[in-house]
Amino acid sequence: MEKSKEWPLWEVFIRSKQGLNHKHVGSLRASDATMAIDNARDVYTRRSEGISIWVVPSNNITASDPSDEDSLFEPANSKVYRHPTFYDVPDGISHM
Amino acid sequence: MMEIDNKELENKFQQKIDRDIKIEPNDWMPDAYRTTLIRQISQHAHSEVVGMLPEGNWITRAPNLRRKAVLLAKVQDEAGHGLYLYSAAETLGADREQTIDDLHSGKAKYSSIFNYPTLTWADMGAVGWLVDGAAIMNQVPLCRCSYGPYARAMIRVCKEESFHQRQGFEIMTKLAGGAIEQKEMAQDALNRFWWPALMMFGPSDADSSHTEQSMKWKIKRHTNDELRQMFVDVTVPQIETLGLTVPDPDVKWNEVKGRYDYGPIDWDEFWQVVGGNGPCNKERVDARRKAKEDGKWVVEAAMAFTNKRNSKKSA
Repeated sequence: MEKSKEWPLWEVFIRSKQGLNHKHVGSLRASDATMAIDNARDVYTRRSEGISIWVVPSNNITASDPSDEDSLFEPANSKVYRHPTFYDVPDGISHM
Repeated sequence: MMEIDNKELENKFQQKIDRDIKIEPNDWMPDAYRTTLIRQISQHAHSEVVGMLPEGNWITRAPNLRRKAVLLAKVQDEAGHGLYLYSAAETLGADREQTIDDLHSGKAKYSSIFNYPTLTWADMGAVGWLVDGAAIMNQVPLCRCSYGPYARAMIRVCKEESFHQRQGFEIMTKLAGGAIEQKEMAQDALNRFWWPALMMFGPSDADSSHTEQSMKWKIKRHTNDELRQMFVDVTVPQIETLGLTVPDPDVKWNEVKGRYDYGPIDWDEFWQVVGGNGPCNKERVDARRKAKEDGKWVVEAAMAFTNKRNSKKSA
């Protein structure tokens, strides 16, 4: 069959309720941003899952490379002093 | 050298799977894992979309407004499920349009159950109860599948699908408790959908070529026969509650094994339907092909509109 000109891919982010951040829920195809929002409403919020929608063209997302995982995130592992549990608090001290 | 690198990557990959760490789209994965998933997920997507047809057949003839609204909501859900799954396949690099064209050319398969006709309103009950019931049995373990996007899509699908099964059972309950003709209609639908529902779990373990590798990769968590047995064990008591008869004289409780025995499945019928010779194969694929052809101008017009507006903006 003849190929049609496919609509671009969009990533969809939904805020489930006031006070929470938008969270990635999936992707869909749409010809423009307005249609992407409409389709996201129909596909991802049919059961009151959201009160706000963001759509972003998928090709505008830059992702870190999974093979760089070690060099990117390893430095955090050696800095245990960034966590409160690293420190000794004498007995009897509270509110700290 | 290349081969040694691949071996090492494959070992690391399997270790991740063994430790129940999910695989995400950009992670390294063996080619066979990718192709297996693309095949399985796109077939699953096709099943959702083709699955709209036997039920869509009854929307205009639902017996009342409540039933019509419910059926419409269910069919709309199936469209959404198809979309989640096509998107998951796309994360693996599958060309969405190509996967759909493969369905239309007969190259790609979909669940054999949708090649059976829906002849009476009771079939809406049987489909929701048995077909969605069997699908849920299949999909619940897929929520723990090793591939992240597939597992996440399945979680969403399972959440939505539990109402599908209940609405089907409700239809059956009403019919089975109604007039003699209604009860006969319910029994007839059960008779026609029972065996095809058991076949939904796929060939028996001895004949299932993909099971072993898929289980090692944790794409699959149970074998076809295990899932089929679970389905029989939960469904037989439901049939009894409805006051209907299991259309298999060999079904009886096995005290020793703690499960129901059931009769032999007609695998010739299964392979015939999978091979394209079921009662509705041609009709289903023709309907999908027509939908794409008839909708093509909408796809193109929307894109032309966007391009025109964008060019105005940049001018």
